Amino acid sequence: MATDQAKAPSIGTWAPVVGLGWLIPGGGHFLLKRTGRGTLLLVSVLSMFLLGLMMRGAMFQPQTGDILTTIIYCGGFLGDLASGLLYLLATWLGYAQPDVAGHVHDYGTKFLVGAGLLNVLAIVDAYEIATGKKD
Amino acid sequence: MPKMNLSHFEAAILFALFASIVLGVITKRTDQERLRYGVRCFVYFVAALVGLGWLMYLGHG
Repeated sequence: MATDQAKAPSIGTWAPVVGLGWLIPGGGHFLLKRTGRGTLLLVSVLSMFLLGLMMRGAMFQPQTGDILTTIIYCGGFLGDLASGLLYLLATWLGYAQPDVAGHVHDYGTKFLVGAGLLNVLAIVDAYEIATGKKD
Repeated sequence: MPKMNLSHFEAAILFALFASIVLGVITKRTDQERLRYGVRCFVYFVAALVGLGWLMYLGHG
């Protein structure tokens, strides 16, 4: 236990990477000088988010009720929020698409959440690089 | 922001493309392995897409 704590990376080594990675997709990789991978992550997450907006996808608002509603709406909200600055800018600039029927809107909603979830993967990767678990 | 209308197939292909790029970038250790894994993920996505599409078509009767 004491050995594990001694080996645990300090928060200063990974917190800026994780924070920047959340705000700007691929930002953690840029901070760690992995520009090629950071660029690919930025382009992928940004494209997916913009496609979601252009398909007029809806942003999830946290709602509670039965277990399924709570999981879908709170989970969806967290997924949207994981896009960082993209989500914050879109909502601050007034993007508030109501949830309407139609496969294009539906795909848009999934693209918006998917962009956030891909950013979570990018953040975890940046964390592992920052703590020396991978290159 | 322009509005975009995509078919199911186009939207699913785009989703597969971006998800495959990210999965390729974050999982492997060398660029060669990343490229191979990304392409493999994309092929699997498309295969699942076409397979499930046929399954739903045939199941629908």
